[in-house]
Amino acid sequence: MMDTFVMRHLPALLIATPLFAAFLMPLVGNAGRTVRSAWVFLGALLTSAIGLALAWKVLATGTVLYVFGAATTQQALPPDAAFPIRIMFQVDALSALMAVIVSLSSLGITIYSLAAESKQSGLETFYAMLFLLIAGVLGMVVTGDLFNFFVFLEISSLAGAALVAYRVDDGVAVEAGLKYALLSTVGALAVLTAIGILFAQYNALNLASLAARLQFTALDKVALVLLAVPLAMKCGAVPMHFWTPDTYTTAPSSVTAFLVVSSQASLYALFRILFTLYGHLVQFSWATFGWFLIVLGVLSMFIGVTMAIPQKDVKRLMAYHAVSQTGYMLLGVGVGLAVLGNAEALKTYGKTAMAGGLFHIINHAMYKGLLFLTAGAIFLRTGTRNLNRLGGLGHTMPWTMVFFMIGALAIAGVPPFNGFASKLLIYESVFRFSPFLSIIAMVVSILTLASFVKVFHSMFLGPPRAEFAEAREVPAPMFIGMALLALFVVVAGLMPQPFIDHLISPAVDALVDRSGYIAAILGGR
Amino acid sequence: MMTLLLLKLPYFTVVVLTLLGLAAMVFKKNLIKILMGLSLMESAVNLFLVATGYRMGGVAPIFTNAPSPHMTLPTVQALTLTSIVIGVATSAMMLSFAMVIYKKYGTVDSQKVKKLKG
Repeated sequence: MMDTFVMRHLPALLIATPLFAAFLMPLVGNAGRTVRSAWVFLGALLTSAIGLALAWKVLATGTVLYVFGAATTQQALPPDAAFPIRIMFQVDALSALMAVIVSLSSLGITIYSLAAESKQSGLETFYAMLFLLIAGVLGMVVTGDLFNFFVFLEISSLAGAALVAYRVDDGVAVEAGLKYALLSTVGALAVLTAIGILFAQYNALNLASLAARLQFTALDKVALVLLAVPLAMKCGAVPMHFWTPDTYTTAPSSVTAFLVVSSQASLYALFRILFTLYGHLVQFSWATFGWFLIVLGVLSMFIGVTMAIPQKDVKRLMAYHAVSQTGYMLLGVGVGLAVLGNAEALKTYGKTAMAGGLFHIINHAMYKGLLFLTAGAIFLRTGTRNLNRLGGLGHTMPWTMVFFMIGALAIAGVPPFNGFASKLLIYESVFRFSPFLSIIAMVVSILTLASFVKVFHSMFLGPPRAEFAEAREVPAPMFIGMALLALFVVVAGLMPQPFIDHLISPAVDALVDRSGYIAAILGGR
Repeated sequence: MMTLLLLKLPYFTVVVLTLLGLAAMVFKKNLIKILMGLSLMESAVNLFLVATGYRMGGVAPIFTNAPSPHMTLPTVQALTLTSIVIGVATSAMMLSFAMVIYKKYGTVDSQKVKKLKG
């Protein structure tokens, strides 16, 4: 009985659990360190378990609908109305993929932070904010309501900004936090204006019913720009990437690893809006918007990696690589969008390109999270992030070195790690679309490898240094957190096919199948 | 003609407020003034939302003793309330950031608050 109740209310529990964990945190924190740590661990474990269970249910039985306040959670339309009036969560295979990403990485990151942050003060607030961030990101990827999406976007932005500024660090972190909060708020206001424009015309906030009614008037085009540009900014695409290096560098490493996931939730929203809300309209030119994503992607890939190479701060360098890797996802999905009108091309290479792009999202969340966590481990033991000062750490921190190698080889697309699996899909399919783009993608990978070889050399190789004689291996929770992410990187690299068949392909089909998304709400109407 | 103009007036106000807010954010150097500009833009968006929800002659959907059967769905009002609450939280957080910056740097001039680089 309990089991069915939980299974029926999974989407609501997915948001309620982290919120509950967050708001009780100040109270639980009074009971002492051990209780607080146990509470944090339990909250993260439960949230991840619910996320994975929900994803499993969606992949096994199809789209899960959860209508708040209706007689049954499946009743999308009130009996006497032709359009949905309630807030609902609509979890299809693409949302399920994102839920898996958030679940896996949030678990690894929270366990890591238990040890990494243990010396800091004000940890109740820190963890309350971390759980709010998790709740916001989860909400963004499961909601089927545009205004609800805005609310979750704001929750994740605010919690993210507060976490960036958490270590005041002589004001530098607060400066970065303010920058992030300001940009996020302006972006969110643009999104809200777009929602207002769409609501004023179509009397709907529900994504599916808006998608069914959209006429692509001049105002809709304005709304599209107001939605697409802020979301592209939030996912860190060049030329709107300027906040990423500051934010990612100054945030505590566990938070940085999660901010990567949060920016990918914006990427998800961008795809959702382009494919589901605006796709398949007669006047709509797929090629134009496909190329919009492709150009953003190529710029991000190339400028990101070239900015990364000269960096001296290891986290700043990784932040520019995060921009560069986002480019691959935009490129892969952009190629899919560009050939969406051409059934033949979509079948032969479009879907493969999209699969590569979406697979890269989950792979990136894992290896980039892992890299940021290793950077945090090194900062914890040495107190510096400056590559010119670091060196010889391979002697004292061998496991951190191994994890760094796994992450670095994965980001550079070296087999047999997961970055290779998704990049290979992108290279193959993009080559059939335009060989030139594929070559750029490969060159960027080589530059990425070069950059990480340099980082590896300056951090871990060389004779042991006297000033880092105190450095030793990280405590167990940090080790477990990194090991969890590293395990995924290796497993998904060695056996990518099960992941592609059971997780990525359904997500690609869900993204392309616009009428299916609408029919889940409106039925035959 | 006059009523039409009056009905469009909120939208003009929205445009003016947005431009004022943007100008403050772009041209002012004081962090507090930049945040005031952001607040202005928030008010503009809220006004826009409420303005789109207005229907001539419509009444609130309270069925007891309703003076007219023409009712408007108060969705935008609900949205605006939510948006105001979010706006308050955002402003409070950013103003407290500005306070910390003033404590650490001794200034709120955005040109001088530049320890971040690259």
